[in-house]
Amino acid sequence: MLRYYVKLGALSIRRNSILSALMVAAIATGIGACMTIVNINYVMGGDPIPHKSKVLYHVQLDSWDPLEAAREPDFPPSQVTYRDGTALLAAAEARRQVLSYRSSRVVEPAERDQLPFMVNGRSTSADFFTMFDTPFLYGAGWGASADEGQEHVAVITKEINERLFGGRNSVGRFIVMNGDSYRISGVMNSWAPTPKFYDVNNQSFGDAEEVYFPLSVSIAKEISSDGNTNCWKPVGENSYQAFLNSECVWLQFWVELHSVEEKEAYMLFLDAYAETQKALGRFARPINNRLSNVMQWMAVEEVVDDDIQVLLGLAVLFLIVCLLNTIGLLLAKIMRRCGDISLRRALGASRSAIFSQYIVEAGLIGLTGGLFGVALTWAGLQGIRGLYGNSGFLERLVSMDWVMVLAAVGLAVVAALGAALYPTWRACKIQPASQLNSL
Amino acid sequence: MGPIWRALLRNKSSYVLIALQIALTMALMVNAIAIIQERSRLMGRPSGVDEENIFQIYSSSFDPDLEYQSMVAADLDLIRNHPGVVDAVLTNSMPLRQGGWSQGLAIAPGDNSDAVGVAIYFVDEHGVGTFGIDLIAGRNFLPTDVRWFDPDGGPRWPETIILSNAMAMALFPESTAAEVIGRVAYIENNLPVTIIGIIDRMQAPWKEWSGVERSMLVPMKRGDDFARYVVRTETGYRDEVIPQIEKALADRDTGRIIDGAQTMNDVRAAAYLEDSAMIKLLVFIVSLLTAITSLGIVGLASFSVARRTKQIGTRRALGATRRSILRYFMLENFLISTVGVLGGAVLAVAINIWMVQIFALTPIAWYVVPVAMLALWIVGQLAVLGPARRASQVSPATATRSI
Repeated sequence: MLRYYVKLGALSIRRNSILSALMVAAIATGIGACMTIVNINYVMGGDPIPHKSKVLYHVQLDSWDPLEAAREPDFPPSQVTYRDGTALLAAAEARRQVLSYRSSRVVEPAERDQLPFMVNGRSTSADFFTMFDTPFLYGAGWGASADEGQEHVAVITKEINERLFGGRNSVGRFIVMNGDSYRISGVMNSWAPTPKFYDVNNQSFGDAEEVYFPLSVSIAKEISSDGNTNCWKPVGENSYQAFLNSECVWLQFWVELHSVEEKEAYMLFLDAYAETQKALGRFARPINNRLSNVMQWMAVEEVVDDDIQVLLGLAVLFLIVCLLNTIGLLLAKIMRRCGDISLRRALGASRSAIFSQYIVEAGLIGLTGGLFGVALTWAGLQGIRGLYGNSGFLERLVSMDWVMVLAAVGLAVVAALGAALYPTWRACKIQPASQLNSL
Repeated sequence: MGPIWRALLRNKSSYVLIALQIALTMALMVNAIAIIQERSRLMGRPSGVDEENIFQIYSSSFDPDLEYQSMVAADLDLIRNHPGVVDAVLTNSMPLRQGGWSQGLAIAPGDNSDAVGVAIYFVDEHGVGTFGIDLIAGRNFLPTDVRWFDPDGGPRWPETIILSNAMAMALFPESTAAEVIGRVAYIENNLPVTIIGIIDRMQAPWKEWSGVERSMLVPMKRGDDFARYVVRTETGYRDEVIPQIEKALADRDTGRIIDGAQTMNDVRAAAYLEDSAMIKLLVFIVSLLTAITSLGIVGLASFSVARRTKQIGTRRALGATRRSILRYFMLENFLISTVGVLGGAVLAVAINIWMVQIFALTPIAWYVVPVAMLALWIVGQLAVLGPARRASQVSPATATRSI
């Protein structure tokens, strides 16, 4: 019976081709607009590191101004001071911990004909690679002993390896940055956490850094951060040492904790640390330390843009208007077929038979609309890319995965069926033979 | 009108659908316009600098032997003497660059005094001329006011500063610009600086900052390997000067990279990229939606004309003119639209109130609602014109058939 209804539906769609095309167009546009925005929202709000996001915790310590919260109403600063970061790192109370900051470098290629170029760099402690599970093409990160010994080691990305070494295994070779030679310990494979969760202070959807080297080396070389630096208290003196001792926050600190007990124990450790600092005359605010796992931290930092949320609301309204339109058109179509329906009913068709016939037809329209809608979504994403320019992170935001394609088609079918309910119900109410006299 | 209304009530559902569509379209349109207006207003704010003729370029040294201070002096000398260049300065940022330095400034010394946040531009005596800003009181820096920042000691701040008028008014609300000259403010709680000049306007580097009009020029040069130069050219020379300067600087020293040349126009476009994209998206969505709604009106009007062909014929046969048939359908649409836009007005305001609370948007201007109502009335009338014409063409003879 279903096959027969599908056939009837296809026939009816072909017979009323203009009206059907309008309906398909309405559903496709609605789905296209809605799914374009939903897709961006989905990527922005996605989990950047699904297999570990529940065990990685971002650490906040309230070292801020006694007179004013770092962020209203009572948020601690989102980064840590050098003093606190290094103290927590040395305490090593968690399974793993990483302290890092962003700073650029100039790379001088060994080949004479290549010009020096700037790279985004990250000065970090050794656990970065194991903790964030970065993929490696060759080699690996460096060990904790390299941090302590201030060894000149570096991890470079696949792209930099391509540029400097023609893509060959470069582990053990050297890269020269700002006059210093660093031994390459590993070459990272493509890695693009979206959002860039470990440092959302500087472009939440930016590219991951291109070169990584020990934090201890950068500090010894007095290299300042390229990223956000916030101070509530005057540094006092001009020197780099004074800056390191200051209350300025500019580093990101993360820990890895595997269970609720570990988390609670670490929280106790943080609070005890804050007490020792209070004894030194720091941390004048009430104790307010926080541990947020990856998704909690993304929510605190509101990485999903307000604009996208406004657009999402508007897109949903848009889809509703498109569906109202479809309901109207379906109603018009079914009412035009009053004669057919009453004839069928008079010949013995049950209400449920009529209902099935028209709901199948609506489903067909929804499916077609959904397929066109996926195409329009793709076009919409390309359009958005055009509007926002061609920066790297957009490539990721405007890509569509299978989940979204299926969601688009599914939403279209559900929407079309929903839209079909009322008109079909009206069709079922038509009395047998009521219209026959006017045929 | 009475009979039309009663006819509408007999066949409610399709008309309710149209009215709902109009209401939602209107709600969306009004809120989109509110956002567009807000963004356009933000984008229209002047930065205060000579945007058409300014560009920035940076030098990043990697050779530890390249002496920074003499390099900067030689670079500035080279740029300032280049034909087509009006002036140039070593600075840390520029308006709309979205990255910079801010500090608190207070009118009394001490740890607990209320400091007002202000954006800092480190410049020398060429800062005012390079940015093309107007001094409205006091004087510009003299070469003797300018200091080099020394990491091994020396002053943290120079003795003199120039403030934007908005900053001066934030510190001394009761005074005029001229009265502020010579007053002392305190930076980093208790270091005194004397205000020697007031400029009309120079925006802070962050466009979304609430204190975007508060800025301060500080006569100090600082840095160790990175130097950002801002250059102002004579009108029309900017685009040809940029590659010349890039080459001249790169040719002189090899231990560094010269890069990042960007015109102020590009800096502005980058800063407002999201806003202009949002405006375009909203215009697109609203136009598309209006088109879909008017197609819906056309579809349903055609359907109702087709359904009532016989009735129309009867009316015509009983003496109604073509005009009165046309008028009937136009009036019918007007009634539906009225219900739609009234509902839409309520919905629009409700959504706006909600969005203002959640996203901190500014509320809609009162006149947007009636303008949108008028626009949708017109759209409705235009959409129904075609089907209504067709209705008026129905011949009176139709009524006599098949009864």
